[in-house]
Amino acid sequence: MGEKAKGFFVTGDPLIYGADVSIIITLLGILVFLTYFKKWGWLWREWLTTVDHKKIGIMYLVSSLLMLFRGGVDALLMRMQLAMPNTHFLQSQHYNEIFTTHGTIMILFMAMPFMFALFNIVIPLQIGARDVAYPFLNAMSFWLFFFGALLFNLSFVIGGSPDAGWLSYPPLSELAGSPGPGQNFYIWGIQISGIGSLATGINFLVTILKMRAPGMKLMQMPLFTWSVLSSCITIIFAFPVLTVTLALLFVDRFFGAHIFTATGGGNPMMYVNLIWMWGHPEVYIVVLPAFGIYSEIVSTFSKKKIFGYKSMVFSMMIISVLGYFTWVHHFFTMGAGADVNTFFAITTMAIGIPTGVKIFNWLFTMFRGRISMTQPMLWTLAFIPCFLVGGATGVMLAAAPADYQYHNSYFLIAHFHQTLIGGVVFGYLAGLYYWWPKMFGFKLNDRIGKWAFWTWNIGFYVCFMPQYALGFMGMTRRVYTYGWDMGWAPYNMVSTAGAFLMGIGFVFQVWQILYSIKHGERDLTGDPWNGRTLEWSIPSPAPHYNFAHLPEVKSDDAWWDMKNHRYGAAVPNKMKEYAPIHMPKNSGIPFLMSACWFVAGFGLTFEWIGVGIAGLAGVGICLLARSFQRNTDYYIPVDEIKATESSLGRVV
Amino acid sequence: MHSHENHGSAKTYILGFLFSLILTALPLWLVIQHVMNKALLTVAILLIAVLQLIIQFFFFMHIGEGEKPRYHVMALILGAVMVFTIVAGSIWIMTFNSQVH
Amino acid sequence: MAQPAISMDAHQEHHHDTFKLLGFWIFLVTDCIIFACLFAVYAVLRTHTDGDLTGRELFEVKGFTAETLILLASSFTSGLASLAMQKGSKKHLLGWLTVTVLLGLSFVGLEITEFAKMASEGAAISTNAFLSSFFTLVGTHGLHVSFGLIWMTGVMVQIGRYGIDAHTKEKVTIVGLYWHFLDVVWIFIFTVVYLLGVM
Ligand code: HEM
Ligand SMILES: [Cu+2]
Repeated sequence: MGEKAKGFFVTGDPLIYGADVSIIITLLGILVFLTYFKKWGWLWREWLTTVDHKKIGIMYLVSSLLMLFRGGVDALLMRMQLAMPNTHFLQSQHYNEIFTTHGTIMILFMAMPFMFALFNIVIPLQIGARDVAYPFLNAMSFWLFFFGALLFNLSFVIGGSPDAGWLSYPPLSELAGSPGPGQNFYIWGIQISGIGSLATGINFLVTILKMRAPGMKLMQMPLFTWSVLSSCITIIFAFPVLTVTLALLFVDRFFGAHIFTATGGGNPMMYVNLIWMWGHPEVYIVVLPAFGIYSEIVSTFSKKKIFGYKSMVFSMMIISVLGYFTWVHHFFTMGAGADVNTFFAITTMAIGIPTGVKIFNWLFTMFRGRISMTQPMLWTLAFIPCFLVGGATGVMLAAAPADYQYHNSYFLIAHFHQTLIGGVVFGYLAGLYYWWPKMFGFKLNDRIGKWAFWTWNIGFYVCFMPQYALGFMGMTRRVYTYGWDMGWAPYNMVSTAGAFLMGIGFVFQVWQILYSIKHGERDLTGDPWNGRTLEWSIPSPAPHYNFAHLPEVKSDDAWWDMKNHRYGAAVPNKMKEYAPIHMPKNSGIPFLMSACWFVAGFGLTFEWIGVGIAGLAGVGICLLARSFQRNTDYYIPVDEIKATESSLGRVV
Repeated sequence: MHSHENHGSAKTYILGFLFSLILTALPLWLVIQHVMNKALLTVAILLIAVLQLIIQFFFFMHIGEGEKPRYHVMALILGAVMVFTIVAGSIWIMTFNSQVH
Repeated sequence: MAQPAISMDAHQEHHHDTFKLLGFWIFLVTDCIIFACLFAVYAVLRTHTDGDLTGRELFEVKGFTAETLILLASSFTSGLASLAMQKGSKKHLLGWLTVTVLLGLSFVGLEITEFAKMASEGAAISTNAFLSSFFTLVGTHGLHVSFGLIWMTGVMVQIGRYGIDAHTKEKVTIVGLYWHFLDVVWIFIFTVVYLLGVM
């Protein structure tokens, strides 16, 4: 253990000492705050043990914003390093670690939880349900994600960060290439949170299929619900592949197996093949819900039914399945046969068609609509041109022969950031602004929001347009520095400036939230945007049980229909008697069990077998304990419902 | 109330068991006796395995029962397509590599 | 007031029942994908023996046939258990579950012996790519079976304590489904790994 202990804490870099100190101060601050204000019991009862989808959604949201901050700082560090030639701000090893953690965190610990936050907050409300199908499992998913992310981030101060790229190709990621614990942190951090993601996929699929309000047919579901359905289908088929791939990599590292090694008959390309079988669908997993969000927003703020509802549904379902058949375009240059490359180039281009259909539908919906330029709408409008450019460059990359030219250049970096930021992040932010009043009962300030919007957007183009040029000029990805003679300096300088503009945009958003908590416009109606779907038919924030009466759905855009034809929740004083509501009880097991997973992951990362086994045993005990529990639900009495509803002004 | 969740009868289980026994013994015999050439034999035993899978799905796991619409059957069908894609796709893509090795 | 509460109750119970089953089916589909990947890896690497022994020299027909028959029989007996449950006979239910668990235990025992023997002959997980993929595929199945044994025992304890009621019924159904599924996976291990291996 002597050797290992020496490398246990990461040392040697002032940046890291600074981070250590700030982490310790923050932790101490939180501990002191909780103890001083006697909040421990509150934290446990209201948050750590909750099975309420709305609270779980908020916890996802907070975590993902923190991770956006961490990933963003990583990005700014890289851009600072690249701003000028021959910089020695970061060493090559450090640069490798940072692009690895940036990529991994942004996709797995920022985009995924942000998406799950919106699933949780919106889906049950939108389909008129009181919870998800498996509330306990839902809490489990969150805590698995949380502890997985914690484990991954721990590598920053203990043991050392992974450095083999966000997809960790072998042989570099094998024991011979990365002997330290960093790569194990990567494996277990993602593995633990990945199990949670898979469970969420199953959970929301069943929720949508089985728990819709009485009368709501599949073809009457809001488009966001459809997008979540399609995303969940993709999760279900893609995430198990990730689980296996990472497990096999660990088997190689831990047992000395030869699955992906370059020796002993192993085949590193098999890893590349498998990881992209997850990796490509993953892109659609995160972008489909964004499409759903845009559809809701476009229709609400154009005050029109969405144009081409059916074609929207079909195109999303097609993308979710077809997305599974394009993975090879990520390694055209590997040298599989020409027929293989041709097949996958064609499927890749084919998937552009349903995406194009969607864009036309949004445009047609806006055409002659009475558009109101709210914040959600602004982000939606910014998305369209951004995604068009991203899509066009994507098609350029999909042409297999051309890919030999662009592969691994800054052209590729610019392309995928264009789709990931312009498509995914803009979408989630639009969704955040849209549903924020439903979550917290107030709107986010408009003026600061516009500043945030414009700095983000201008920053985006300033940052990534020069990178297309850099790609043509031959700059390859993952280089940590370059010389004056390359002529890349001015472009890189501009790009860095753009990155900082986006950073300022993020700061504006934090300020916007803090400011609006105090001064934001309160939402007393529950329907601040004149919405069309059921989540707007109940008060903001929604009461614990969501719907005092389950709504009866007769058409699509259900709430719009109720408002126009004066029935259902639109005429509260005519409502029927209340009945007791069946709800799940809180449970501490999801938290404890995920904590045990964390212990197991930590032990296996350092190959401390005893700790690993202890953690796994804890997981087993939690599972058994849950299996033996019987009274896991309860009824909210009528009096309590009455009291809540009248305090919300819903009983006339 | 739970009647729709029928779990088969003794007859279906026994039939399923017998069929499965036969479909286990048959390929074993085919392989040990080398009845056909290798390629044909491979195809034959794979087909028999799929047949046994179908038998067990119906006779042991009763996939035909349950509430309509039968989402679990749709999930299984799509799953079968994905399983095929993963296995056949990998073999197809990786053949290049094994030729090199 | 009690009246609506009771009818609500029945309504909800009914729903949660079918939810759990559907969710479990979908979980099984994801487990299929896990095995599909392991099969794909095995299919790609099965010839990569790096000059060592191949399956033909390592696999023993008697051994894997015994494993196959035992697991198939246990799948059958777990079906008989759920039949006994339908008839409401706690004694027979527990009896058939015990038989199933014992068969499962002997399956795992045989497998462990097989693995240990191979390892002692110098065919371990770290020997070459073929063996790495073999042990991960068959071992993952073995882990599933072992997990299922613990689970089934837990369910048996609950039946002993609470008898046959809505909760335990659901549990027996789900663990039974899981058990049948493991036998279905084994059909393919039997065929693709062992039969193709000795061919
Ligand atoms: C906020 C502004 C962002 C900036 C300025 C930025 C900047 C960068 C930079 C400089 C690199 C490294 C390029 C290289 O040296 O190869 C990179 C890589 C990457 N970024 Fe970002 N990024 C941003 C946001 C995002 C977001 C939102 C995502 C995903 C949702 C993302 C995903 C990735 C991935 C996957 C990589 C590849 C990592 C690897 O090479 O292993 N980035 N980014
Ligand atoms: Cu792709």
